[in-house]
Amino acid sequence: MTDKAAEERQLARVWAPPRGWRYLTDVNNSVVGLWYIVAAFAFMLFGGALALIIRAQLAVPDNNLVSAETYNQLFTLHGTVMMFLFAVPIFEAVAILILPPMLGARDLPFPRLSAFGFWCFAIGGVFVCGSIFFNAAPDAGWFMYPPLSTEQSGIGADIWLLGLSFIEVASIAAAVELIVGVLKCRAPGMHINLTPLYGWYVLIVGAMILFAFPPLIAGDFLFELERAFNWPFFDVTRGGDPLLWQHLFWIFGHPEVYIVFLPAIALLAMIIPTFAQRPIAGYSWIVLSAIGTGFLSFGLWVHHMFTTGLPAISLGFFSAASEAVAIPTGIQLFVFIATVMLGNVVRTVPMLYCLGALATFIVGGLTGVMVAVAPFDFQVHDTYFIVAHLHYTLIGGMLFPVMAGVQYYYPFATGKMLSRTSGIWSFWLVFIGFNVAFLPMHLTGLLGMPRRVFTYGADRGWDTLNMVSTIGAFVLAAGFLLYVWDCVRPKGKEPNAPRNVWNAGTLEWLGRVPSDNWGLRSIPQINSRYPLWDDKDLLDTIDQGRGLLADAKEGRRETLVTSVLDAEPLQVLRVGTPTWLPMLAAIGLAGVFIFPVWKLWWPTLGSAIFFLAILLYWLWTGTAEIPEKQTKDIGDGRRLPLYVAGPRSTGWWAMFITMTGDLTAFLAVLFGYFFFWTIHPDFPPVGIDGPGWQWPLTAAILAIVTWGATLAARLANAAGYVTLSRALLVAAPVGAVFTGLALMAGPWTTGLDPTAHAYPAIVWGLVVWVVAHLLAGTIMQAYCLARTCFGRLTPRHDADLWNVTLYWHFTGFSALLTALVIGGFPLLQ
Amino acid sequence: MLAAGLLFACAMLAACNPEQSALHPAGQDAAELANLFWFMTAGGALVWCIIMGSAIYAVLGSKRPRSERFADRFVFIGGVAFPTVGLAGLLIFGLALLPNWAEADTPDLQVQVVAEQFWWRLGYEAADGSQVATANEIHLPVGATAEFVLTSTDVIHSFWIPSLGGKMDAIPGRTNVLRLTPTKPGVYRGVCAEFCGPSHALMAFPVVVHEADAYAEWLETQRQPATAGNGEAFIAAGCGACHVVRGISEAGSVGPDLTHFASRRTIGAGTMLLTPANLADWLVAPSHIKPGSRMPSFATLPDAERQAIVDFLLELK
Repeated sequence: MTDKAAEERQLARVWAPPRGWRYLTDVNNSVVGLWYIVAAFAFMLFGGALALIIRAQLAVPDNNLVSAETYNQLFTLHGTVMMFLFAVPIFEAVAILILPPMLGARDLPFPRLSAFGFWCFAIGGVFVCGSIFFNAAPDAGWFMYPPLSTEQSGIGADIWLLGLSFIEVASIAAAVELIVGVLKCRAPGMHINLTPLYGWYVLIVGAMILFAFPPLIAGDFLFELERAFNWPFFDVTRGGDPLLWQHLFWIFGHPEVYIVFLPAIALLAMIIPTFAQRPIAGYSWIVLSAIGTGFLSFGLWVHHMFTTGLPAISLGFFSAASEAVAIPTGIQLFVFIATVMLGNVVRTVPMLYCLGALATFIVGGLTGVMVAVAPFDFQVHDTYFIVAHLHYTLIGGMLFPVMAGVQYYYPFATGKMLSRTSGIWSFWLVFIGFNVAFLPMHLTGLLGMPRRVFTYGADRGWDTLNMVSTIGAFVLAAGFLLYVWDCVRPKGKEPNAPRNVWNAGTLEWLGRVPSDNWGLRSIPQINSRYPLWDDKDLLDTIDQGRGLLADAKEGRRETLVTSVLDAEPLQVLRVGTPTWLPMLAAIGLAGVFIFPVWKLWWPTLGSAIFFLAILLYWLWTGTAEIPEKQTKDIGDGRRLPLYVAGPRSTGWWAMFITMTGDLTAFLAVLFGYFFFWTIHPDFPPVGIDGPGWQWPLTAAILAIVTWGATLAARLANAAGYVTLSRALLVAAPVGAVFTGLALMAGPWTTGLDPTAHAYPAIVWGLVVWVVAHLLAGTIMQAYCLARTCFGRLTPRHDADLWNVTLYWHFTGFSALLTALVIGGFPLLQ
Repeated sequence: MLAAGLLFACAMLAACNPEQSALHPAGQDAAELANLFWFMTAGGALVWCIIMGSAIYAVLGSKRPRSERFADRFVFIGGVAFPTVGLAGLLIFGLALLPNWAEADTPDLQVQVVAEQFWWRLGYEAADGSQVATANEIHLPVGATAEFVLTSTDVIHSFWIPSLGGKMDAIPGRTNVLRLTPTKPGVYRGVCAEFCGPSHALMAFPVVVHEADAYAEWLETQRQPATAGNGEAFIAAGCGACHVVRGISEAGSVGPDLTHFASRRTIGAGTMLLTPANLADWLVAPSHIKPGSRMPSFATLPDAERQAIVDFLLELK
């Protein structure tokens, strides 16, 4: 027994959070998750305050509380903050907090990456929000349509583009972290079809982020090239087209809605079975329809562009797709209702919020079905009807479920209970306030009030409706403040919540109160979807340290990595410990995104070098470390390796997932090339020569050689030919540099001027994109070379080389494709 | 509560100004779409009541079905069968209203619309085939199908007359068409629906639907050059650098054509009613009244000269 006590002390010591100022160096999911949630809610309150000013301005006709310029900044920032600084990050925040304990893991696979993402988010968010205090906030709407945003906005547009690109880094980081977490960090035996529904949703949403955000990043890339260097992608006088931005923005923007909605529904999928005290009535229904919703959400973007003059065939197709997405969405709601019907309902505050979510979201869904009918959208598009519709979907489909989730998980996160009375009061205030504010807006829109107007005339007859909406908005705000107060009021003297206070069935509830830093005392074998209900001995097994990995003898933070489908244990993963590096790296990267707003290129370069230096130090000291022994006893007579490389490792998966997103962004830029082809009768345009075929062909050959050399370096190293491998790692970066030079030589020698026309601009855009990737690739190759020379990469321990080779599969492919398109496509014309 | 809400909605519907309302249709498309709206709203309300009824029953009801098969059936009927049939029906019904302009007959008249920050440049074809330039006020004959040919010279705008039908964007570098058929004579109001900058809220236009002969008369008047007398103050102040008054000053056309300015109902593209006092105010501080307006202030002119311009403009019937 004393052994067990010693184990507990050791675990507590290893997982102890840093104290004092060093608290900010923490990387553990339970701390970073809380920071993330608090920051996201802080931005949400800020966005809400902006909305109240908007409502105050519109309360009476011909109001001059704020000027048109200020008003435009207010609504642009309101939309931007709510979408990019609250709705998406709150998903990442909650998932970082609850996912590991739910899966039976001690932490996520890359805790330092989570912390890095958080710091990027926090710095970028403060930067974007702060702009309004200097009257410099973006003012062209959260959709930033050119030419208004490219030709007439001040630095607000740059703040939007660069600030949000920076925040998107955090989103992608979280997506990578969470996808790998769900795939590789489930407790042994938690077969993929035993994964809690929340895990499924995280997986689906993570995948959606990977395919939805990159088109926006590609759009931002083109947009900023136009803003900073006058490359005319969206300028019609030089062959550009503003509709290209609309396509790229909405290919992101519509899945975004479901990226926001699905994780919130995922919370309902955890809450409802708990309070029905029975398993979900249709696990497969939920999983399949969530996948269906995610899939269909990529085929709807044009319904934001119904009035741009598209052919009837497009309107019909996207109308149908937009109607179809209602079906999988509806199935999920019906499964929830069925679950409640079959169960023994416990009437709690979270359930009240769930019902509120349902009542609200269905209204949004039904008006969504209406506006999906293209002719009807012609009437209500860009009116207050849409304002009402989108708030019903987002507040019903996202805010209410998140509020339910906070009510539900509050004891899990803090060990204390929220007040039931306060919860009920805040619910009714928010619910009634919301409906009073937004229900009338349907009518306001149909009576002709467009969106984004800073004022309206008294003779329009919209004054009563607007006054009612404003009153409702303030009631909503009061309810929300009451809710927030209940969450933040000091609760030191109140008793702790009992363990597993709601009698839930999933693993996150097995923690003791107050919680232990290590998450689980020991990692159990799982064989059911609701292990706490089905396995009565589970708690004892875990508490008494009879599960796996019950100790931390080597003084390292460790968690189990398991196989993707069957959750067979594969590896003991040593995860990152507290450090300043993520924060410093985020500060460096912040400079890279923030200084260009003022075209301060030298500080930008300095920040980039600082970021790179921190990053390399972080990787060198903190990753792919060769362990002191090959395997470790994890209990139950099992030994697992401490070092794994290639497709069985988490790092390889992270690279694979990141590069999938990166490739999507590249393909979105390539889409731009072909989009211009479709709108120009002559492409390349008459009078502008293409980059020729000779240099692109040279670049293609060099790309294949470099790509092959990198792969050969890995194979040679694995086969023990270390010298050959090093020689190849010397040759490969040289090849990469020449690939880049050859790629640039084509448009350079034929004198393609990127400011002259959209065609040379998109050719150069592709080249710049690929050259940047080649440059990063050379750094990676040089890094591997250094690792092998310093003995940190050996034939047996070659994770770095696996990951870099994987990077080169994607980059080699992009380089090859670019060379073929810019060199070959003009020959076909 | 539901009854109170309905009552409120009806009161609002009655109290609002019908000029710019999609629910007070005065055109073929608007009427069809208003019907579609009421139909969908009724259907939607029914669906909402059924789903919420079952949810509330699930929470509060005492009798509980105990079989898993019930759940499967419930989800299948509620989540798959019913919405598939319902949505397919709605789609067929709704898409039938899609305009089929490519194959339709030629329109009865064509109006060229160029949206600019923050006003509307308009072009009509007169009976003799000549182009008639005007701005910021649309006139249409009742019962005729008008085709609006839309484009923009600066940013994206959207052309919308709610009481006649749907909207269409005016996009730089592109030409879109929109057809509308007014069915009731009267005065309506159109607006810009796509956010286009500081004075997006102040980019509107009156729409006057006439009987056919009154329309022909209006067009003939518009075709004539200006007949007003003393344009000296107007020219001396440099107004002609931006505004055309046919027959008097045709130098610059950056701003709206003012040939028959006094025949219009509003100043500043629907911003203010056209009254002598409003016009005088407008000349003093256009960009104060309409943020982002490119018209310079004439506050520094002596009052008498400004008054002379006002008088001249008000004669341009």
